[in-house]
Amino acid sequence: MSEKKRIDQPTGTETVGHEWDGIEELDTPMPRWWLWTLYATIIWGIGYIILYPAIPLVNSATEGLLGWTSRGEYQEQVAARETELEPIRQALVSTDILKLSGSPELLQQAIEGGRSAFKVHCVQCHGSGAAGSKGYPNLNDDDWLWGGDLEAIEYTLIHGIRNPGHEETRFSQMPAFGRDGILQSGEIQDLVSYVRLLSGREKPSAAARRGAALFEANCAICHGPAGKGDRTQGAPNLTDAISLYGLDRATLTDTITNSRYGVMPRWGQRLDSATIRMLAAYVHSLGGGETLPALDEVNEETLDQVRTGSRDDGGGDEQS
Amino acid sequence: MIRSARVLEMMVAVMNSPEKFPQPQGKLYEKRASVHPQRIDGKFRRLKWAIMVLTLAIYYVTPWIRWDRGPYAPDQAVLVDLANRRFYMFGIEIWPHEFYYVAGMLVMAGIGLFLVTSAVGRAWCGYACPQTVWTDLFQHIDRFVDGDRNARMRLDKAPWTPGKISRRLFKWSIYLFIAFWTGGAWIMYFADAPTLVVDFWTGEAAPVAYASVGILTATTFIFGGFMREQVCIYMCPWPRIQTAMMDEKSLTVTYKDWRGEPRGSLKKAEAQPGSFGDCIDCNQCVAVCPTGIDIREGPQIGCITCALCIDACDRVMDQVGRPRGLIDYATLEDADLEKAGKAHSPILKTLFRPRTILYTSIWTAIGLAMLFALGNRTRIDISANHDRNPVYVQLADGQVRNSYTVNLRNMENRPREMIIGMTALEGGVMWSNTGSREGAGQTLLTKVAPDSVARLRVYVAAPGEGPAREDFALTVTAADDSGAKDMDEIFFERPETGE
Repeated sequence: MSEKKRIDQPTGTETVGHEWDGIEELDTPMPRWWLWTLYATIIWGIGYIILYPAIPLVNSATEGLLGWTSRGEYQEQVAARETELEPIRQALVSTDILKLSGSPELLQQAIEGGRSAFKVHCVQCHGSGAAGSKGYPNLNDDDWLWGGDLEAIEYTLIHGIRNPGHEETRFSQMPAFGRDGILQSGEIQDLVSYVRLLSGREKPSAAARRGAALFEANCAICHGPAGKGDRTQGAPNLTDAISLYGLDRATLTDTITNSRYGVMPRWGQRLDSATIRMLAAYVHSLGGGETLPALDEVNEETLDQVRTGSRDDGGGDEQS
Repeated sequence: MIRSARVLEMMVAVMNSPEKFPQPQGKLYEKRASVHPQRIDGKFRRLKWAIMVLTLAIYYVTPWIRWDRGPYAPDQAVLVDLANRRFYMFGIEIWPHEFYYVAGMLVMAGIGLFLVTSAVGRAWCGYACPQTVWTDLFQHIDRFVDGDRNARMRLDKAPWTPGKISRRLFKWSIYLFIAFWTGGAWIMYFADAPTLVVDFWTGEAAPVAYASVGILTATTFIFGGFMREQVCIYMCPWPRIQTAMMDEKSLTVTYKDWRGEPRGSLKKAEAQPGSFGDCIDCNQCVAVCPTGIDIREGPQIGCITCALCIDACDRVMDQVGRPRGLIDYATLEDADLEKAGKAHSPILKTLFRPRTILYTSIWTAIGLAMLFALGNRTRIDISANHDRNPVYVQLADGQVRNSYTVNLRNMENRPREMIIGMTALEGGVMWSNTGSREGAGQTLLTKVAPDSVARLRVYVAAPGEGPAREDFALTVTAADDSGAKDMDEIFFERPETGE
């Protein structure tokens, strides 16, 4: 190739000696300053190797004088963000939950924080959209087993449901009417007919009429004489369109025969109170949250009144 | 065939001559030959002065022009508000989702360059390119501090005496001063200029402001002060693109070799009349060239067509009593015609040819389309997204609830009340995340802050019986005299069966 080198007439420059279909390349010298940029990158590279992790070793890499790691940087950022959020968490803990709706900005921050925490701790059972599934309540709807205002939700979160060995946990236990031999299978079928009648899923029948008497004797004590449930015991309202396990005959038969015993962990021992409050605010914001009475003036006295009052009201409503 | 062969010939000539200086063979790297253009006056030099003053004035003054937009928007006429994602240009405000206007302007700028290049060659390079304008400015600084061409060449070769060092330091500090003001003016486009100036000097401006000024100061200092024509020859892609865009009807600075050659000094010409061309080989065209090329070698990549050599040559031709235009703007086609002794085609015919007319029409069409779109854009907008997780929620009373994330866009610089409404959903009611189902109705009234987007969650409940998917629309109407409205088609989902 090189023997083909020649001087190009118009430019006076030597060609490199290659030729493709008559096209030749000139061997124009590089501008010298271009070399300086090359040297600059080499110096930069040496500095980089000294300051940052660079040379791979067997188990790790050289550490670099600055001690920088990507994990360290990540942790710094997380710590910085947590410092940033600390005032919000403080404010959240120190604000009475009844007053939360009075400060929309704080409430909104709580909801956003709860959205994140929910994805970590709650989606395993309640689903990423909080829509639940059979046995795991849908938190979007307006039917609550244990109460759907902010305070009730927070209580459930802290103490859990049917949490073994915990005094304050939400607790109730439905008898396994069939398994324990309280009712015969025929009676259970009558009861199924009556419960389905309560929510309009079946038409009145002789079986349902027999079931009504059985309901009065066995179920009304918890579910109420009209089957509207009792939130103090987590007894579901049997007259509405929503059910946790299903209201088809087979499922109902199973429920009455074997009972149900849904459990939720108590988060009070795992999460700090700010996070729990955030979760409560988030769950409450999903569309079915119930309002607490609005206060004209918020002080310790009115809070106490509302607190005792709201508890009584809640229970009373369910009974009526 | 002839045309393309001629263009190819030109392109090869351009590509083959990146350097004026004959190079010693076998060297891998070559020191830059410094360029010391001589002072010149003439019509193109005056045009360059005018364009330099105009472009620098536009650059430095624009951020300081005020434009009253009311209390809720900045009063800077041209502002790229990256922090709030708004672009203001006099009476026009662009939101991020309207970025296609900016894209359209870039397309227009591109086609504008095609048009200019096909008509008058590398006029952009010669007159308006920032690299050219700032290089020109810095070369005037050289002239101001060190004197004209010969003095500068002498000083360049002189040893580094304290006098030379102090002179160089003085010159470089002027470079640095200009470079700093160049970088400093740039950031004024991105924040309220008067506030930013105060913040900048009190150390309260954003770090990115200082970084931008630092980087732009450095690039201006290096590119304008030292790299100069090297940027055009080695770094800029545009000369290469332009080479492909020029044709035989594009105007370019041409040395009329058929008239000038063979060269001979006045003395030689007097001694042997008739045997020399018009070029007296005075080298003035080389002396004034800001990129240090010899235009007499033909069209080449180093020629930015600033036409200063035309000024220089015309002056010499006047002095020696020969006709002007030995170096002149000419097309390749005209050059061939003139060489053959034929008349030029009229200049207007050269400028208004199908290619330039086509570019102009496309350019105008895009401009008109954008103006039309700009005049008809709405300043209110609703966009609703059906929440998918869960798709629907069964309510205790048997109704079904769907939720929507609704964005209401108020693109006017005043707070507005807006009414969200709904169409054609049998028995449907709605409420928002701040309301409750008890207060639900067919409409929702909400306030949207000026020049912002309000996001709210809207719940819609409707009877549980009905199609699994029902189409309807959410509407928004401004609760003011304008009555501006917008709607978004959306749907309502129900469980497939009753159970």
